[in-house]
Amino acid sequence: MADAPHIPDEAETRARWGAFAWTAENAAQAEKIIARYPAGRQQSAVMPLLDLAQRQVGAETQTQGWLPVPVMEYIGRQLDMPYMRVYEVATFYTMYNLAPVGRYHVQVCGTTPCMLRGSDDVFAACKNKGLVKGATTPDGLFTLTEVECLGACANAPMVQINDDNFEDLTYDSMTAVLDDLAAGKQPKIGPQIERQTSCPEGGPTSLADMVGENHDYRGQWGTSAA
Amino acid sequence: MADETAPPAPPPFVGPLEDKDRIFTNVYGFQDWGIDAAMKRGDWDNTKKLLEIGQDAIIDIIKASNLRGRGGAGFPTGMKWSFMPKESKDGRPSFLVINADESEPGSCKDREIIRHDPHKLIEGALIAGFAMRARAAYIYIRGEFIYEAKVLFAAVEQAYEKGFIGKNACGSGYDFDVFVHRGAGAYICGEETAQIESLEGKKGQPRLKPPFPAGAGLYGCPTTVNNVESIAVSPTILRRGAAWFNGFGRENNRGTKLFQISGHVNKPCVVEESMSIPFRELIDRHCGGIRGGWDNLLAVIPGGSSVPLVPAKEIMDAPMDFDGLRALGSGLGTAAVIVMDKSTDIVRAISRLSYFYKHESCGQCTPCREGTGWMWRVMERLRNGEADISEIDMLQQVTKQVEGHTICALGDAAAWPIQGLIRHFRPEIERRIHENKGSAPMMEAAE
Repeated sequence: MADAPHIPDEAETRARWGAFAWTAENAAQAEKIIARYPAGRQQSAVMPLLDLAQRQVGAETQTQGWLPVPVMEYIGRQLDMPYMRVYEVATFYTMYNLAPVGRYHVQVCGTTPCMLRGSDDVFAACKNKGLVKGATTPDGLFTLTEVECLGACANAPMVQINDDNFEDLTYDSMTAVLDDLAAGKQPKIGPQIERQTSCPEGGPTSLADMVGENHDYRGQWGTSAA
Repeated sequence: MADETAPPAPPPFVGPLEDKDRIFTNVYGFQDWGIDAAMKRGDWDNTKKLLEIGQDAIIDIIKASNLRGRGGAGFPTGMKWSFMPKESKDGRPSFLVINADESEPGSCKDREIIRHDPHKLIEGALIAGFAMRARAAYIYIRGEFIYEAKVLFAAVEQAYEKGFIGKNACGSGYDFDVFVHRGAGAYICGEETAQIESLEGKKGQPRLKPPFPAGAGLYGCPTTVNNVESIAVSPTILRRGAAWFNGFGRENNRGTKLFQISGHVNKPCVVEESMSIPFRELIDRHCGGIRGGWDNLLAVIPGGSSVPLVPAKEIMDAPMDFDGLRALGSGLGTAAVIVMDKSTDIVRAISRLSYFYKHESCGQCTPCREGTGWMWRVMERLRNGEADISEIDMLQQVTKQVEGHTICALGDAAAWPIQGLIRHFRPEIERRIHENKGSAPMMEAAE
């Protein structure tokens, strides 16, 4: 894979992360996760535990986290899985970072529905701010990744930064989002134009009663068109 | 020959839908998703009474409603539920897996259900799980739906607190658990057996069938995998009756449907409409028309990235349903409508989908692992006009080598958009090649 990340040095990684263990809070959360699956099927918990571990590494490094080998081994021991089975999972799914990322992981969707609505402009805004695809900025702030469809196509183009979506972007609004983050400010999450979620811009063409009140339509059911 | 004395059957209702017949009334999230607000809208209203209809009778109602699976394949939902064993002869429990791994480019409907109307899904999980005698439901939500998963975890918690799920769910005497499982970024996990593998803590590679999941699925137990929308509409179907659901759409294409319109319309949106609504009506009523007017429409991918595109003149007045779009050589899929106007670089648009499938191939089957990369590279050559004319037919042949020769449908899904492009836009591909080579085609010389 040409776009495979450069895996950090094994010895350094081991020195830094060899003693990885859950925080008290995450240890409790891990137990809760394992309990979702039948007894003896604890391997099912590997995906949520990898996510939890990546988040803990992120919290400890002020980044979005990644999965050093000793951390994967730790999870393997907890779930009674060979390390290789954990590694297999970690390398299969794109959301597990196999190398460190920045404080903000900027994931721009480049798939066709976003492309049609201007994802090229979103990438241009990133480029103009010094972000390079597949790399982290020298200040450690931003990692830029082109991702495949994130499932917000009616609000294209969009980007996911850490846990938040920013939608209905333009070159200017993407620039503003990056500027805010660089300045330590929280940009508005969701659509960057005047719009309620995936409702048509300018107001709903259906279910207008829901805008102002939690309308109950059951009273009208009797006169069904059916 | 029609009986001349019989009154003619009324034409099917094909929209526009009235608000009172919309199932997902909070689809835009103007109101709270929480359980109290959801109950005021009618969710969890005497669910016990719905369960008292009885397991087989519920399946019969869903069958009679003619609900077809909303995840793309359109398999009759009631029939799927009926494949599950009625009793466990060997002590194995049954499971319901709800596919919320919405990853098909263009699709963004399950997201709206989960973040704005999650209790319809959880109530549906109980009803469907009860009807198919499942012990528990696992909702497999794609990893990138981080906010949506937070809502879903919280909504499940609310339903447990009210006693609607868990031991003696809704006071019915039936024990039923609902668990949420987050994915981590893999389109292939939307395939049902890959999803089961992933739920078991493995990489998401599809299984060979048989055995089918209804015989041996999650943990080797009988399992049914259903799409979010299929499950979430089922409580309303039970409340309003199969006849009500049958009142929308053409025969074999009944019900209401969440359409997701993206691309070159004036106002992209997600909207619930009647099945079989004509394309033009859907776009004019809810999306403010085509960008630049109807004369500016080039082509439409009507069902998510896996289905072939349809040229403008063919789709303009076509009914948006399973059969109507199949007749055009395409499909309804998830009703993810990707609209492209005449400013579109159509070869690039499809090539980007080829890149998507190359990226998402799980690598298990050779035709897909090798073919998706090969097809993408040739698509890029066609896009730039660098290819030779003969490569168009070569590419077509390779898509035929991939199609039908893989364990799951990802290989097919990678092949079909390219076949659609070649079928409808061959002159454009050839034009680029001629332009790049500096050789004008004959027909232009004649002008």
